[in-house]
Amino acid sequence: MVSTRKTVAAPAPRKTTLLIATRKGLWTLAGDAARRAWKLTGPHFLGHIVHHAIADPRDARTILAAARTGHLGPTIFRSTDRGRTWKEAAQPPAFKPGSGRTVDHSFWLTPGHPTEPGVWYVGTSPQGLFRSADGGATWAGVDGFNDHPERKAWCGGDQDGTPDGPKLHSVLVDPRDPRHLYIGMSSGGVFESTDGGGDWHPLNKGVKALFMPDPDPPFGHDPHCVRLHPRDPDRLYQQNHCGIYRLDRPAERWTDIGAAMPKSVGSIGFPMVLHPRDPDTLWVFPMDGSDVWPRVSPGGKPATYRSVNGGKSWQRQATGLPKGQAWWTVKRQAMTADHAPTVGVYFGTTGGEIWGSRDEGRSWKCLARHLPHIYSVECA
Amino acid sequence: MNVRIPGLLRSYTAGAETVALPPHATLDEALRDLDARFPGLRFRIVDEQHAIRPHIKLFVDGELTRELAAPVVGSAELMIVGALSGG
Repeated sequence: MVSTRKTVAAPAPRKTTLLIATRKGLWTLAGDAARRAWKLTGPHFLGHIVHHAIADPRDARTILAAARTGHLGPTIFRSTDRGRTWKEAAQPPAFKPGSGRTVDHSFWLTPGHPTEPGVWYVGTSPQGLFRSADGGATWAGVDGFNDHPERKAWCGGDQDGTPDGPKLHSVLVDPRDPRHLYIGMSSGGVFESTDGGGDWHPLNKGVKALFMPDPDPPFGHDPHCVRLHPRDPDRLYQQNHCGIYRLDRPAERWTDIGAAMPKSVGSIGFPMVLHPRDPDTLWVFPMDGSDVWPRVSPGGKPATYRSVNGGKSWQRQATGLPKGQAWWTVKRQAMTADHAPTVGVYFGTTGGEIWGSRDEGRSWKCLARHLPHIYSVECA
Repeated sequence: MNVRIPGLLRSYTAGAETVALPPHATLDEALRDLDARFPGLRFRIVDEQHAIRPHIKLFVDGELTRELAAPVVGSAELMIVGALSGG
């Protein structure tokens, strides 16, 4: 059912700054109060592969960035002055010696619960979950997941999965309870823990897995991006390899809301963004997942699709975007929204462009171009 | 033993291209000594299972060495190289 929760009043406007993590470093894009003029600064970590960079909403000064290079192993860089200076984690995420597993890269950073300042989570490739209790300086494995007797069955081998390696992503913390966690895995599916990560169970009923012998297995799915609404934490959405879904807890069966997308566009994509105050409004960025999975905008015509009724229907939003011959797409962390009274929506492309809308997707403007392949865009 | 530091690791050594270490029995001991002097350096080139990372080459007196247990007693030089092709 569609949420009956009323939309909460918007906070006072504040300037938007975007953290842009790319295959070749980290940039920031700062907007003025009207979100009309934007200034690009950077790079930080030029030449480093930065999969994710995110600011801590609890203190408004800490930023963590997950980085590696082609040669060097994965690490986490930390700033406590909004990106002016950086220090490397003293103990980056790493599997236990003797486990036979190695972290290829840290992929998804999540700040912890507001009552646990300094707590962060990171999901890695291959699938691993790590926690820091000191603002990202040192990291330890969440043993309840990494050592779970079923983990290998859930995830498959460390060499299986997506082209850039299998990933644990979408680490979600219930704002009502720091011990209630969700994760997404490509591949593996969505999993839930109610005891702070001590134990986990799959949460994939109703989600298609058309690439599996059993199209309705308990796990083994490929969620690309899972989101929990901060104002209505029982409302979950996921953009999956096989469609778009919504789940209203305590139910355990996901509802296919991608079926309402135009057939010519389909319901495959990577990112998904929720309105910060209205649990029924969300955006997706469809991608061509036909035949050999080109992973480009369908027909070379990029567009966001917005729903304002929890996925019952979708509206195409392409005003200002290229009308054709635009063969890029948007990765799972590369789309975000600000908290302005009229929400700004932003995405970064595989072609190195940042696009923004200051009217909730009705019209789009290119804010920056000529950047490297963009992996993530987050509001700081 | 002199350690030749590649450009990609000089952020750890304050730009130093060469670091002099006292004698060590094994390559592993030498790298742990290097890490004690420049914290974090070892993990960038040796993974958590104590394997040299795939695109790192270590040459001891000119000989490519893949084993951390390799003896380096009497060796004069350890050269660390980042070896990666592609964009």
